[in-house]
Amino acid sequence: MSSRFRASCILLLAAAALTVSACNREEHHSRAKPIGENIPAGASPPTIFPGGGSPPPLDARAALYDNNANAIGKGQQLFIQMNCVGCHSHGGGGMGPPLIDDQWRYGGRIDQIATTIAVGRPNGMPAWRGKLTADQIWDLAAYVRSLSGLPSKDAVSSRSEGMSAGTPQTLTPHGEIYNSDSAQQ
Amino acid sequence: MSVRASAKAAVLPLLLGACQYQHYQSDFGGAAVEDRQFLTLFWIFIAVCAFMYVLVIAFLIAGIARARRVDANIVETGRHHHSNPLMRSTLIGWTALIGVGLAGLAIASFFTDRSMARAATNQKLSVTVTGNQWWWDIEYNAADASKTLRTANELHLPVGVPTRIFLNSNDVIHSFWVPSLAGKQDLIPGRKNDITVLPTRVGVFRGPCAEFCGLQHAHMSLVVVVEPYADFIKWWDHQLQPAPQPTTPLALAGYKYVTTGPCSTCHAIGGTPANGQVGPDLTHLASRKSLAAGTMPMGEGNLYGWVEDPQSLKPGVNMPTIGLEPGQLHAVVAYLETLK
Amino acid sequence: MTDIRADAFDSMPARERERARVEEENRRLARERKKIARDGPKLTGEKLAARLDLAWRRPPGIVGWLATVDHKEIGRRYILTALGFLVLGGIMALFMRLQLARPDNAMIGAERYNQLFSMHGSTMMFLFAVPVMEGVAVYIIPLMLGTRSTAFPRLNAFSYYMYLFGGLLLWIAFVLNMAPDVGWFEYTPLSGPQYSPGKHTDIWAQMVTYTEVAALAAAVVLVCTILKARAPGMTLARMPLFAWAMLVEGIMIIFAMPAVALVTTVLLIPDRLVGTQFFNAGEGGDALLFQHMFWFFGHPEVYIIFLPATGFVSVIVETFCRRPVFAHSVVVLALISTGILSFGLWVHHMFATGLPRVGYSFFTAASISVSVPTGLQIFCWLATMWDGRPRFEVPMLYVVGFIFTFVIGGLTGVILAAVPLDLQLHDTYFVVAHLHYVLIGGAVFPLLGIFTYWFPKITGRMMNERLGKIGFWLVFFGFHATFLPMHWSGMLGMPRRVYTYPAGLGLEVPNLISTVGAFVLAFGVVLFVANGLLSLYRGAIAGPNPWGAASLEWATSSPPPVYNFEHMPVVDSDTPLWDTDGELPVVSGLRVDQKEMLLTTVVAATPDVREPVPQASLWPFVSACAVGLVFAASIFSAWAVPFGLIPCGIALIAWFWPKDMKRHPEPIIS
Repeated sequence: MSSRFRASCILLLAAAALTVSACNREEHHSRAKPIGENIPAGASPPTIFPGGGSPPPLDARAALYDNNANAIGKGQQLFIQMNCVGCHSHGGGGMGPPLIDDQWRYGGRIDQIATTIAVGRPNGMPAWRGKLTADQIWDLAAYVRSLSGLPSKDAVSSRSEGMSAGTPQTLTPHGEIYNSDSAQQ
Repeated sequence: MSVRASAKAAVLPLLLGACQYQHYQSDFGGAAVEDRQFLTLFWIFIAVCAFMYVLVIAFLIAGIARARRVDANIVETGRHHHSNPLMRSTLIGWTALIGVGLAGLAIASFFTDRSMARAATNQKLSVTVTGNQWWWDIEYNAADASKTLRTANELHLPVGVPTRIFLNSNDVIHSFWVPSLAGKQDLIPGRKNDITVLPTRVGVFRGPCAEFCGLQHAHMSLVVVVEPYADFIKWWDHQLQPAPQPTTPLALAGYKYVTTGPCSTCHAIGGTPANGQVGPDLTHLASRKSLAAGTMPMGEGNLYGWVEDPQSLKPGVNMPTIGLEPGQLHAVVAYLETLK
Repeated sequence: MTDIRADAFDSMPARERERARVEEENRRLARERKKIARDGPKLTGEKLAARLDLAWRRPPGIVGWLATVDHKEIGRRYILTALGFLVLGGIMALFMRLQLARPDNAMIGAERYNQLFSMHGSTMMFLFAVPVMEGVAVYIIPLMLGTRSTAFPRLNAFSYYMYLFGGLLLWIAFVLNMAPDVGWFEYTPLSGPQYSPGKHTDIWAQMVTYTEVAALAAAVVLVCTILKARAPGMTLARMPLFAWAMLVEGIMIIFAMPAVALVTTVLLIPDRLVGTQFFNAGEGGDALLFQHMFWFFGHPEVYIIFLPATGFVSVIVETFCRRPVFAHSVVVLALISTGILSFGLWVHHMFATGLPRVGYSFFTAASISVSVPTGLQIFCWLATMWDGRPRFEVPMLYVVGFIFTFVIGGLTGVILAAVPLDLQLHDTYFVVAHLHYVLIGGAVFPLLGIFTYWFPKITGRMMNERLGKIGFWLVFFGFHATFLPMHWSGMLGMPRRVYTYPAGLGLEVPNLISTVGAFVLAFGVVLFVANGLLSLYRGAIAGPNPWGAASLEWATSSPPPVYNFEHMPVVDSDTPLWDTDGELPVVSGLRVDQKEMLLTTVVAATPDVREPVPQASLWPFVSACAVGLVFAASIFSAWAVPFGLIPCGIALIAWFWPKDMKRHPEPIIS
């Protein structure tokens, strides 16, 4: 292979990689699949499974929402409109657990967070299925992940309009996911 | 057809077309004091500007017409450094004419501006309009708190009563503009703006949002109904009533879905458990003339389409596509149609 | 071996010693001077041309192509790149017009349409209008002023590369579906972090900074060239009106452009990248700050685009009416006062924002009064036509089209300056009509005329006259068909930046006419470009002065040699080629073995200094790459700024490393 051919191959690959990565971050999913499916209780991926074993595979919808800037932006607005700040403040926690740390009681993957929002959890997390659509719940899950620095920084918005609430998300140190349940270590 | 006749034939429909539409959403509506002041000042400006333009073009044509004469002050005759002495005095006259004309226009503008500002001190009715991404939240202020009214996307104004409209925004910059009534004023988050309107003619008008506010800026319009004072009070009293109880079983099923399902997360319907503050108030939805902030006229078919799939009619809007079952859809629309 | 003279030297008295030392120094200088070759009576004609060519031409190959500092090459690149962006921006506009041809059209969705008009506006304003004026000026000004090079040629090259990289950034982002979609001026909070997620707004903001840096660099180059590098005898009073226009424009750029670079790169991007609160009302910021700073740049920007066009019109009117422009000093004063006044108008873009009304009256008065100098310029051009004998070849046709069109635009501008009128017409298609009348009528028409006029000088061939005339009429009628109905649709209530409009408002007919007109206009532009391409290969060969014009660029061959002029011309009137029948006086004495140019004093243009001109250098290109990379990387991470300073520093230090430390004492030419 001549060096010029190789150089142009590398350039094309780089351009392709850039294209693919850029596309997903900036995509608008106003008509995201599935259209209007409320997550029924039994179909959520289990987040607690005793006796070891491996976590279930990542839901196919994760790729649409996880590092998507528009989803995180919508989630940011929904977080305030649905009064999540009432219990979680802007991630610092209050009546509800903080969202900016590494501890995820029910899992920190986007599908696990979406399930948490949809089905509710003991000790006060309301169930939003039937109140929000799947698209909105996944948007919220994407935003919640951004509070602890899990998505890539270029998809995250730095701050919201209105009174300031802590570190800008673009400066949050990159997070990890630590589960409280030792069975999942 | 001769050229002149065909030109006339083309112009007439345009003019007539304008005449037909000037009532609804156009600067020529003249339905309020502010717009009439605009029109007067506009015609003054047009007259002066047209006169200046005619002078310039006449000068240009004269210059072109003289192109062939022999005694020009050009390099070929060696006189290119000479100038016609008439030009010097014409230059001074031209400067004086422009100066006087423009000064006159500036003074006329100033006086019109002052009279518009004075009108703002005279208001009798006070309304607060809050812009959201792609809908208008309207609140009628009253001294008696039980009389304050919250509605959305449709503004009723009594004719002949100066109204002061306070303008806020919940998100980005929008602009309140009803061309047939008055000029525009921006709704800027963090700033308190206001505009005064004194309508003089009864009618229905439309006001598009006039500052680019995102994806669906094109579909954010306000419907303004100007009516006689007595009708306005009747409308206000009716809007204060809570939503009527549903009577048919289909409407009852719809009521149940709306007040317990996703609709109540964002919308409020007076007199029911639905109390969401995020989206427009729906208490008297079916009495409005348009749907989705002026996107389409109110009607059963449009209501079906909007409730089933708002994202295809107004892509990117904050109302999600829920994907109702056909039975649920019929029930919901049946209930919404009772919200007169 | 001892030097006998040294002994004799030591034994002389002090005064004798001094005199001997001076004589020795003079003999040494005379020997040196014989070795340096300079142009003059002894060295002229073919031999001189060959020596100059050897000294001035750039190294061959790709490295030389990247390293060029020849203002003609850089000017050509600027013009071609700007024309490319004109075509791209025009294609955006055609798609927009297709979508708006019918009410409730579903051809292009909201998201794509928002990208289209944002790209159209940003491309036309930042990537076409200012750069094409800069490009034409960079090419022509040294020729018109009778000098061999611009001042700061490497800065000139740097400016082109920054402009190119900024344009590439924006258009590659468009291809990658990251195009900005919140307008060409992106008001906050819509462009803030919450309502514009993703990176497309940041790309727009940085593109603006690239083009601002490029424009600033080119402005510095032009202002210094015009003030210091004129031909001897070309006093400020005798300087051509185009040079005056570029001088005023350059100074305006220096004052206006930093405002927009600040508001995008220093205020908006930190808000989006690191969470500053400049535009967040909830934390004490102000959304209007963006508008004030943007329009403080934005209003002078349109005059930055318009003033060079007035220079073009003055050039064309002078040549085609066969006499200098009437009342030269009035035109100069009009240019200067337009430049100064234009900085006091910016709030007229914000009349609907609710600022105090009394302040608005001030801006109304200022906006109305800025049309006075321009009105005087128009009078002077018309008086020149009256007094002269106009010849209506293609450039003059464009000037006539300019008068017809721009005056309408100026008058609708006067209408918009009045607050009560603006409150109805702001953000409607009436403003779209006004801005296109003044920008296309006022800047693009003269530009097309000046391309036709200077095409023979740049390429050595004439453009086809018949094609040019057909192109002119297509452009003229297409333009009016497109934009005249927009006054009407604006008054019928059509707001700006809408991807569709409802039926039943009377907007259907004006929009359809506009769409048809847009395609006619596009066809006319295509014809113009085709004419250019055709004439490049088949056009009639042009001599040095095919139009019989008066200014100095026509005193050299077409196209000019790389060193511009064999000898430096001397002028004693404002129309040098008309007042010296055939024999232009020259001054000689510049070195021919090195690149050297003659600097003169600012006002009287007496010869001042012989200034060495830099050789071709790759460092401007490398610096532009380094700076460009820092800007692009800082879209994604704030760390790019401190870390990026390292390659930038290295490139700039290498660029400015002093080349020659030896002193060469030489006498001043008298």
